[in-house]
Amino acid sequence: MRPIPLAENSAKFVADKGHEGHFDAKLWMIRQKRDAMARTIPEWEELRDLASAIKEHTLSNLVHYLETFEASAKRNGAVVHWARDAKEHNEIVHGILKDRGATTLIKSKSMLTEECDTRPYLESRGIVVTETDLGERIQQLDHEPPAHIVGPAHQKTTADVAKLFAREYGSDPASREPTYLANVMREHTRPLILEASAGLTGANFAVAETGAIVTVTNEGNADLSGNAPKIRICSVGIEKIIPRNEHLAVFVRILTPSATGKRITQYTSHFLGPRQGGEMHIVLVDNGRSARLGMEKFWTALKCIRCGACLDTCPVFRRSGGLSYESTYAGPIGMVLMPALDAHRYREFPKASTLNGSCTNVCPVKINLHEQIYEWREVMEKKGEKPFVEKILMNAAGRLLSHPGAYRAASQAANAFVRILPRWAVYNPFNTWGRQREMPAPASETFHEWYRKNRKHRGK
Amino acid sequence: MGAREEILDNVRKNQPCGRDLPAVPMFHREGRPVTETFAAALKTMAGETIERPPSDFAEFLQRRFPAAKNICSAVPEFPGGKKPLDFPDWASPAAIDVTVVRSPLGVAETGSVLLSEKELGVNTIAFLAHDIIVLLDPKRIVENIHDAYAHPAFRDSNYAVLLTGPSGTADVGGIVVHPAQAVTTMTVIFWPES
Amino acid sequence: MRVGLMIPCYVDVFYPEVGIATLELLEKLGVEVEYPFDQTCCGQPMANSGYAGDARATEELLVRNFAKFEYVVIPSGSCAHHIRNKMTAAAATPERDHVRSRTFDLVEFLHDVLRASEFPWAEFPRRVAVHTSCSAIRGLHEESMSERVHDAEFSKPKSLLRKVKGLEIAEFDRADECCGFGGTFAVNEEAVSVKMGVDKLDFVAKGRADCVVSSDMSCLMHLQGCAKRLGRNLSFLHIAQVLNGPRA
Repeated sequence: MRPIPLAENSAKFVADKGHEGHFDAKLWMIRQKRDAMARTIPEWEELRDLASAIKEHTLSNLVHYLETFEASAKRNGAVVHWARDAKEHNEIVHGILKDRGATTLIKSKSMLTEECDTRPYLESRGIVVTETDLGERIQQLDHEPPAHIVGPAHQKTTADVAKLFAREYGSDPASREPTYLANVMREHTRPLILEASAGLTGANFAVAETGAIVTVTNEGNADLSGNAPKIRICSVGIEKIIPRNEHLAVFVRILTPSATGKRITQYTSHFLGPRQGGEMHIVLVDNGRSARLGMEKFWTALKCIRCGACLDTCPVFRRSGGLSYESTYAGPIGMVLMPALDAHRYREFPKASTLNGSCTNVCPVKINLHEQIYEWREVMEKKGEKPFVEKILMNAAGRLLSHPGAYRAASQAANAFVRILPRWAVYNPFNTWGRQREMPAPASETFHEWYRKNRKHRGK
Repeated sequence: MGAREEILDNVRKNQPCGRDLPAVPMFHREGRPVTETFAAALKTMAGETIERPPSDFAEFLQRRFPAAKNICSAVPEFPGGKKPLDFPDWASPAAIDVTVVRSPLGVAETGSVLLSEKELGVNTIAFLAHDIIVLLDPKRIVENIHDAYAHPAFRDSNYAVLLTGPSGTADVGGIVVHPAQAVTTMTVIFWPES
Repeated sequence: MRVGLMIPCYVDVFYPEVGIATLELLEKLGVEVEYPFDQTCCGQPMANSGYAGDARATEELLVRNFAKFEYVVIPSGSCAHHIRNKMTAAAATPERDHVRSRTFDLVEFLHDVLRASEFPWAEFPRRVAVHTSCSAIRGLHEESMSERVHDAEFSKPKSLLRKVKGLEIAEFDRADECCGFGGTFAVNEEAVSVKMGVDKLDFVAKGRADCVVSSDMSCLMHLQGCAKRLGRNLSFLHIAQVLNGPRA
């Protein structure tokens, strides 16, 4: 597959001033709310340390915890399935529905099901799938993927949503009232929830000791999806396991403040077994996770609890727009996850960062995001995923800058001042810098020359 | 090789060398009475706390929800209305106007109450109803989430939820609005158990 | 103390006055400074783009030039961060590790090592927006980080600038948000880079500053480029130039 033209997509988004300004302001506001909530929790940094350590312990003992979880879940009466990849996951979910003649499915938000492209798979096989998360439903109706891990419709203004609902539901296109629009969705989705034959949720956490699947929502849509129908299916990435309820407490305290700046979501839900007269199926999914576990520099990205804080703080993501990435995961966490799946397709990702490090500071599980992005650049170079011209120029730069005489000769040639840019600006066409910025003015002499004239004779 | 064996095999091959599991402190601190913290926290999530039981519960419900016809009560404090197990299927609680239920645990830090199928009988009475009233004995309020997770419901129930305020969403406009998919209002009444 | 002065390659070529101000400032503070004449660059441009192999020889030249010094001072947060925290393309030798651990950004050297308490030769009666690079903040901890809400607030560059007569520090929003330079990013993601720069300038303007001062000319090169193209009336100075005062 062709490389995603991230820079090109981002440039288009930046040019859309209304949407870019709205997206940037909205996400920065969430970042500020996160800061305010963290300030009310004196042990915030200690919670981060604990969350990180619990995840690292679990991931480094994952076989034990997976086996423990499976045994606990089975004891509770759940059926546990295992899926090596997206295809197997989708086949298992479809199989469960098909075997029971279920043709309507409601689901809550799950990034794993986005990864697996589950909805299109099911829809093409005659299953009617209704997203119950408002943001996901908005994107579903508009045939767009989620633009943000936590708020799938964050890129849309209230006006955009009103226009969409007017088109789909005949509601008022001029409305700018979120309450009105949320009600429109509620009214249209409630009947679909009540009639659905099966419900699919993801998992924020899976507790090994108890076999519980934990979901965290503001709307209660996972609770509806998991309780209204008799068939309850939970899609769980194998990295979601944590040991015991006492560890779950740490994550419940740190997730929502990081994600939205609230202390907790309205619904923190624990599904351990089927409802009376019902069935519960848990699908444990690998899809590249076990392979990532073996990557020395990148396995800690598996600690991710999908809070979206790195997206909200990232100054590049806020101005690029989530959809520019054309990938399941975007922003800092996307930069660190996606290249492992397809280095060629995601070759631009590690470059689209200033390595400023804000993401690493907000990550509740202390993934060293900006350092992993840096490491990916080296991996890309080793894999040959670098533009030919850049490779030539970097090589030339490396040779010039290691030979003082040649370097001085080059930098001191009077009219070479204008042409010899700092090396990092040379690696793409000269005028890219100059598109919207003035070039630095060439100096009449370099520092070297000044020093030689004014100080060197003093024997220093 | 089946999927399970292959996955576990790959994980076994790749998992890094063992990191220690940290001990988790309880993070208790000196502070206000738990009832005060609870009410303040619930308020930030658009839930309301009533500090003592109304003298006439039926009259209270009538005044608060004048249009309500269908009450579902899971508690002896309100003997009228339907019982949870009266609902033939889990979708029919959509007809409920007000659910009245008792919670065995409150969490002061977050303003949350615990509800499980033990209290609910039919879980959907907590979401499909238009409004919910939760009775909570103030003696059952613990300080924080660490305390809460010691409760056996999180090990023994098929379903348990920490409920904090009415359903909301910030997916349009960025500010939380109510309701989203579930209840429109949520009220906790501090009501000692008899 | 033997102090070696390192001048970033882009300062050498485009902003020699910053190098001169750095040298003069250190001398005014009684420091004997040597400038190894055969220095070129810290290797960051290649390393940051993933070309460790191409950075190796440049980094090893740096090690050879500076191994003999007790302190290595460079007027650049991003170069100092690269050298101290990332310079691993050069072969691992005691000399390399010595140079890495002894390299300081000018602000760090003034604040932590010299503990400079006054700059009597300097006067700067203007409203200054202090821009500290992400490398200097999150790499060198020259300032507290806004994400870490429980850390005590501090800023080494600001505490130095507060000692300059007449200087007024202008606060502005999103002060530690990245300016958008980011090395190759400035060209690879030109549109987003410029938007970040222009947004920074807008926040600075709202803070009513008439001058932006930084310990990193790379950020200023980018911001100045954006400002000039937009016709914004704003000066950009390296902190060395402010602390050094008018040239003798």
